[in-house]
Amino acid sequence: MSSSKLDPVARRPLPSQVVKDDESALVAAAKAGDISAFETLVGRYERKIFRLTQNITQNREDAEDAMQEAFLKAYEHLQSFEGNSRFYTWLVRIAVNQALMKLRKRRPNVVSLDEEVNTGEDMVPREVEDWGPSPADRYAQTELSEILTKVIGDLDPPFRIVFQLRDIEELSTEETAEALGLSVPAVKSRLLRARLKLRQTLNQYFRRGENK
Amino acid sequence: MKCKTIITELADYLDEALDPILRASIEEHLGKCKDCRIVVDTCKQTIEIFCNSEPAPLPQTTRLRLHEALAKRLRRVRA
Ligand SMILES: [Zn+2]
Repeated sequence: MSSSKLDPVARRPLPSQVVKDDESALVAAAKAGDISAFETLVGRYERKIFRLTQNITQNREDAEDAMQEAFLKAYEHLQSFEGNSRFYTWLVRIAVNQALMKLRKRRPNVVSLDEEVNTGEDMVPREVEDWGPSPADRYAQTELSEILTKVIGDLDPPFRIVFQLRDIEELSTEETAEALGLSVPAVKSRLLRARLKLRQTLNQYFRRGENK
Repeated sequence: MKCKTIITELADYLDEALDPILRASIEEHLGKCKDCRIVVDTCKQTIEIFCNSEPAPLPQTTRLRLHEALAKRLRRVRA
């Protein structure tokens, strides 16, 4: 008989998430005008920031521009970074703003982040199927990252952006709300919808018996 | 407790942001309801799959363009 109690979500520290010891020294050096220190920080976070801007804009060109502008803005405003948050979290907020501007420019009518979200009966999943252990291990790294990019791209902007910040970038609910100008309950309802929708979509790849 | 309540509390449950009483009654329901158990578990796996995935390296041209733009603008800002 399986236990009803679940372990908490296991967030493994990825190599890219480990804050290296030299980070505050690099930020200080960059603040003092050391361009190569700043370039080291860029090299450290460019992959994550590009994934972020890509997932928000869903457009390669916009994602590149938003990333460039985010790093440039970060450099210009480095003096205002006070070091009470992580440098990366600060950078994420700048990048989110740049990416949202691109998205709104391209799809002005589609992107209202604060629309009412229905949390009704229709969210209860039907015909649920089990995935078995370590479903992601059934796919090669590149194949998995293609699947993830695709399924997150299928979500409507308010949901995918909240999911991106909260569950991928691991901002807190409050930080996510602040970055997007949403209330905490609004973030929570979008996050719930996003997680359920992604679970549903991923089901076709991960359900048991889907022997890859 | 109904299955619908499990769903509406799901996000807070996974984020461990529920008060202990509500949490206990959810766990009691999960002990009896296989569907809800699977939904909670696969939802948890969904989050883990995303948050544990490393981003792909930048495409070569994207990387070049970024570093060119930086080199150009940064040197000008500081000049
Ligand atoms: Zn149930």
